[in-house]
Amino acid sequence: MSKNPPNYISTTNACKLCTPLGAAIAFKGIEGAVPYLHGSQGCATYMRRYIISHFNEPIDIASSSLSEKHAVYGGGANLKLGLINVTKKYRPQLIGIATTCLTETIGDDVKMFLNQYEQEVKGEKPTMVEVGTPSYNGTHMEGFHNAVASVVDALAGKKDGGAEGTPVNILPGFVSPADIRYLKEITEDFSLNPTILPDISDTMDGQAAKTYEKIQPGGTPISAIATMGNALASVEFGHTMSEKSGGAILAEKFAVENIRISQPVGIRASDRFFDHLVKLSGLPIPEKHRAERGRLVDSYVDGHKYIYGKKAIVYGEEDMVVGLTAFLAEIGVIPILCASGGKSRKFAEKIAEATGDLLPEQPQVHEGMDFYDISELAESLEPDLLVGHSKGYPLAQKLSIPLIRVGFPIHDRMGGQRILHLGYRGAQQLFDLIVNACIAKKQSDSPIGYSYM
Amino acid sequence: MELLKEREEQIHRTGEQPFTLTCNKDSLAGAVSQRACVFCGSRVVLYPIADALHLVHGPIGCAVYTWDIRGALSSGPELHRLSFSTDLQEIDVIFGGEKKLTNALFELIERHSPKAAFVYSTCIVGIIGDDLEAVCRNVQKEVNIPVIPVKSEGFKGNKRAGYTAACNAMARLIGTGDTTGISPYSINILGDFNLAGEIWMIREYFERIGVEVVANITGDGRIADIQRAHGAALNVVQCSGSTMDLAKVMEDEYGIPSMRVSYFGVEDMAQALYDVAGHFNNPEIMAKTQALVKEELQELLPKLEFYKKALTGKKAAIYVGGSFKAFSLVKAFRLLGMDVVMVGSQTGTEQEYRELAEITDPGTIIVDDTNPLELTSFLEEKTVDIFVGGVKERPIAYKLGVGFCDHNHERKEALAGFVGMLNFAEEVYSSVMSPVWRFTYQKAEKK
Ligand code: SF4
Repeated sequence: MSKNPPNYISTTNACKLCTPLGAAIAFKGIEGAVPYLHGSQGCATYMRRYIISHFNEPIDIASSSLSEKHAVYGGGANLKLGLINVTKKYRPQLIGIATTCLTETIGDDVKMFLNQYEQEVKGEKPTMVEVGTPSYNGTHMEGFHNAVASVVDALAGKKDGGAEGTPVNILPGFVSPADIRYLKEITEDFSLNPTILPDISDTMDGQAAKTYEKIQPGGTPISAIATMGNALASVEFGHTMSEKSGGAILAEKFAVENIRISQPVGIRASDRFFDHLVKLSGLPIPEKHRAERGRLVDSYVDGHKYIYGKKAIVYGEEDMVVGLTAFLAEIGVIPILCASGGKSRKFAEKIAEATGDLLPEQPQVHEGMDFYDISELAESLEPDLLVGHSKGYPLAQKLSIPLIRVGFPIHDRMGGQRILHLGYRGAQQLFDLIVNACIAKKQSDSPIGYSYM
Repeated sequence: MELLKEREEQIHRTGEQPFTLTCNKDSLAGAVSQRACVFCGSRVVLYPIADALHLVHGPIGCAVYTWDIRGALSSGPELHRLSFSTDLQEIDVIFGGEKKLTNALFELIERHSPKAAFVYSTCIVGIIGDDLEAVCRNVQKEVNIPVIPVKSEGFKGNKRAGYTAACNAMARLIGTGDTTGISPYSINILGDFNLAGEIWMIREYFERIGVEVVANITGDGRIADIQRAHGAALNVVQCSGSTMDLAKVMEDEYGIPSMRVSYFGVEDMAQALYDVAGHFNNPEIMAKTQALVKEELQELLPKLEFYKKALTGKKAAIYVGGSFKAFSLVKAFRLLGMDVVMVGSQTGTEQEYRELAEITDPGTIIVDDTNPLELTSFLEEKTVDIFVGGVKERPIAYKLGVGFCDHNHERKEALAGFVGMLNFAEEVYSSVMSPVWRFTYQKAEKK
């Protein structure tokens, strides 16, 4: 670890997003849910636009559309009207309500409004789950995890699921739809019966359909959430969320063991995940996954020379950076700077834990960074690679080095929602991406060019 | 589809009843409007001023969602493409953000030496009551550049109110620069945002007809130009929704007349040039304009024939930010032989909608401040071949198996001017004719 970066007052090109956005994405992973922002119109529209550019899917986020008089007299009436309208138009099973900086500051008591709504509005009503997401407090990841925790707190129970196999809960955090599809496949291959919360695999990576769906099909069924208290264990990815996470709540309320592990990025972290699945299921690793791991190791060997000693800057949300840094370390790339806009205070420690014995020297690890800070540090660090989401592109361009696009958002390429980060298969794809980016760079820098490695 | 009752009066079908349509209302709670906020409105307008610092005072969201999202190009400095924020934290919300704002301004002005600074207030600033005016005044005293508050608290109206806030901010700059040496045949270009370099094309047209452009307001904008904009003889206003307010102020204060134009589509582009030439009442300028239009059309029209042949009879729907652009689009589609079956906008005025109803065919749906479900039902009902909108409308079209053309601020294609018409035709053609629609269920079943 080395010198601290200068502490600027202003933020330039933030490396984080706001809390309500994270909550909206988490709510999108529940079956029949519509995310709802209690605030003014703009935030909802901005977030929709931002999210659409990554997933290329419709994302309808409703809003209370508060105006000046509501800011003065409170937003209760508009919240109720908004809920009625959303119910009428979307017929949702659940409305996930997140507050914004506006309503947090004017002191709207959403719980009370919802109680009133419960009494005043007749007829069948969707389930309501609310989460406080003042955007001056934390990043989109806090919003995401807190929304998951709120859902668990409100809906999880010990009802009979009636389904086959051993029930387990998977709380994967904010990963891609492709990751979630793959997690399902893996757990089912172990004959486990997973409840993955949230599950954006279909809702945010939908199919072309015959008729337009008001709410995209898919997502964690509410009935499955209701049985999460029965699970053998919960497996929760990440370390930087608050202690009151979804997994922790399940442990507290229903004594479901909570296994908190790093995001399984790379071989070692994936091995740990698979070990847990072996224990939970009582079954050995299925041959298919064993073979995938074997091919992965084989490719590590085939490609190691092209990347050994390359220096990388990794940035993004903390848990993903921890996972990616561990992965880079195991393939011989040297992470030199790990940066995040988040401020969990656990970032450096978790990176050290994940990479400890692989790296002769720990990378610089900094929380609360923006892209101005990252760029400034990058000048003296002379990286060969950037690993993170699309917003690092201006820096990659300035340094003319490759950017390995992972995480969220991917705004300048197709298929952000199909990037696989997790497990042996994810590691395989990332590995090929990185090696090929290095080869391509060498090729295009070469004055003569070559067509044979 | 059944409409929400409150929404009924914001939709009109041409020819079915006498024209009635309500607009300029706050968006309905829970309706999932496609609209943004006041902040968005002012950010859109001021964004392309490339040598100014644009500091968003608020929590991180508003700043980060507007980081480099527009295709407004600059021929020089690119300060506008960075996203600056005070990133307010809980402690600032409790004790007030003025000090942080002051220090952030000093820091950023020293770092970037901008020609001016715009400070945008967001929702929360309106609530905690930071005195932006005072902060800006105090900082300005020390830094020797204009430091201008933009009163754009998100909840204080809709996008239109943001346009006004932006115009007020710019009005403070105008009149502070030296106007010597400006030609009597001179204009300001208002309301073009230089998406994909469009203002460069438009400027070139004006130069070719012998008219000097004093200031671009705001595409590829420069503070110094805006400061001397009151020296121009005429304001030429496109996207009148966003900058007409400023033109009015300049008319009142400096006696500069203004005219509304559009640069989209052949007819409107030619009309814009003729109107400007006509205003100056100079035979040489008029002759040059005629020559320019003739030359451009001779080149363009034969090329358009190809697209017209393929596209005749296809159906288009339009949903854009400002309704003035919609007129040009209706005409542009007609030129391609296509029928417009739906047209709407986020912020149109009653007058504009009324005129749209007059020029569109019977049965055309005219809609104000709509939402995804309504749009979906209109597109389905009218079996549209292409939908023109912005990024938020794109997945709606695609999920329905309908082609899409981005005509909003984030687009990367130049669609203005004569060349722009050709680009537009190409884009519409390449989406409508793509073989991919054979695989989407909706189209496959219809065939
Ligand atoms: S917080 Fe207010 S100003 Fe910022 S995006 Fe949301 S509505 Fe607009």
